[in-house]
Amino acid sequence: MSTESPGPAGPEEPSATKVAGLPNKTEPTESPALEATELSVHYPAAPTPALDSVSMIVPNGSFYAVLGPNGSGKSTLLRALLGMVSLSAGRAHVSGRLVSQWDRRALAREVGVVTQSESVAFPMTVRELVAMGRYPHLGALQSETPADRDAISAAMRMCDVEELAHRFLSTLSGGELQRARVARAFAQEPKLLVLDEPTASLDIRHEMEILELLRISADDGMTIFLITHHLDLAARFADRLLLLDRGEVAAEGGPGEVLQEETLQRVYGWPISVSNDPATGLPRVTPLSSSR
Amino acid sequence: MKPLGWAILLSLAAVLAFLLSIRLGAEPLTTAEVLAALRGEGDVNVGLIIRELRAPRAVMAILVGGGLSLSGAVFQALLRNPLAEPYILGISGGAAMGAVTALALGLTASLAWALPTAAFAGALIAILLVLKVASAADRRVDVRVLLLAGVVVGAFFTAGMSFVLSISDARTVRTAVLWMMGSLASSDWSSVWMVALYSLPAAIVLLSLARSLNLLAIGEETAGYLGANVERVKLVAYVLASLLTAAGVAATGVIGFVGLIVPHSVRLSVGADYRVLLPLSFLAGAVFLTLADILARTVFPITLNSPTEVPIGVITAFVGVPLFLVLLRRSVGDRTGTGVGS
Repeated sequence: MSTESPGPAGPEEPSATKVAGLPNKTEPTESPALEATELSVHYPAAPTPALDSVSMIVPNGSFYAVLGPNGSGKSTLLRALLGMVSLSAGRAHVSGRLVSQWDRRALAREVGVVTQSESVAFPMTVRELVAMGRYPHLGALQSETPADRDAISAAMRMCDVEELAHRFLSTLSGGELQRARVARAFAQEPKLLVLDEPTASLDIRHEMEILELLRISADDGMTIFLITHHLDLAARFADRLLLLDRGEVAAEGGPGEVLQEETLQRVYGWPISVSNDPATGLPRVTPLSSSR
Repeated sequence: MKPLGWAILLSLAAVLAFLLSIRLGAEPLTTAEVLAALRGEGDVNVGLIIRELRAPRAVMAILVGGGLSLSGAVFQALLRNPLAEPYILGISGGAAMGAVTALALGLTASLAWALPTAAFAGALIAILLVLKVASAADRRVDVRVLLLAGVVVGAFFTAGMSFVLSISDARTVRTAVLWMMGSLASSDWSSVWMVALYSLPAAIVLLSLARSLNLLAIGEETAGYLGANVERVKLVAYVLASLLTAAGVAATGVIGFVGLIVPHSVRLSVGADYRVLLPLSFLAGAVFLTLADILARTVFPITLNSPTEVPIGVITAFVGVPLFLVLLRRSVGDRTGTGVGS
């Protein structure tokens, strides 16, 4: 086992021990958390493919952010990687195994997902919603064990929704609901957490709390895959960025490599200035006015 | 009250309703006579009435009432629609078309089992037709298409039934209309066994789907990410809830409101967790229909001049709807989410 081998048939056990404290993102000893190989998705009746031959690797334990304009294929990439849309070409691997070969329950123990939105058909409390994160760990008729209850309360504490436990979802603000959904994903205790614009409806404090929580989780060895429109915050929290443009990869790499003025202007079709933020020392993206 | 408390309460209620059901009726019996008959002692005629008429009828009420409620709760989760009930996807239309055709052809006069068989066959045709329309090439079922297809197929069969009725004689029309309002009067042990054979296995599998149905309530994509095999759950839930309904309809006609009102009442009382909701809906439906049947055959004294009972569908509506409205009214005060309307 000399070089990193992102081979599709990587037979390494996904459960190979992740030694606490050892930063495994510098020395990947197991298959990458997510891997796309020339992935294409063409929705029926759409004139152009939603994803066009996208290749990317999300290393284990990394914080990976996906950027791009509306309709550039970010959510489709998420669905394709997790086997929720049919691929027209290419392969998607989760922890070294083809996504189509994963049993959905086993996959749900490996990957937690917070989609953009969901609508609840019946009244449900925050506690009930978060508890659903334990379903992939439980048998059909098995009830919650103390370990499950611990995971649920820990997740609720992390996402600051403990006080909302017995509130009905219909009474929550957009931000509270979003935090409850993130808590459900944490309750799954996944190795990989995938989030599609989770902070879109959050205020500054709750947005930063979630992002810091994600950063800490990544430092603890969890892999984070985040779709976001916040270029600055992505640069600040993520290890690697992927910029999509009309289904294709426009740029991929560290924040400094991806957030280039010329690239962003082309992809977003808007005058943009990138400067150095004196407060953080990281790239700061400023949209200019259209007249410039 | 905790779910376990409700379960114990409803189980006790079911036993009491069962005993009441075999005691009350056209021939009033005393509790002592009932107990003696159940032990196989006492008057021979009383024993016959209880063992061959009232006991199968009471068991049928439990099976059909429980089955309809369970199936209604499943359809509400499957279609993510609080208005869903067991007949929403055209089963009643198909069954009625089958039953009326058998009546109009005069098959029912000579063959006792012709009516339930024809009704069951009509329901099966409706179920398969709806499923065929709603499944795409890759066998995925779109529940919105399922709902539309079900409603339309049901309307088509209802129109067909109306046509057959329009060219039938008055006696057939009267029999058909009474059948459509539902009755447990023709229950015997053989029909009880038939319904049990279809509905008990279906009910057990549906109960085991409770967790997946909870997940469906928050959307198919999220359900998939939380480990549900969404397409399989939808298919199994649809087919089994439909069979459960079809078996009930074949044996007792179209008994309305049970499958809509009972699951909602249970949801208003214990919440929307299907692991609790499904078994309690079965129990509550069983109690409700048993009591409704007692009313159906005791509310008017049956004499030689008026030998008919009140159709049980009328009772379930007359009693069930006001009860439900009271529950609904009360829930508006103490919850924002009522369970009806998302």
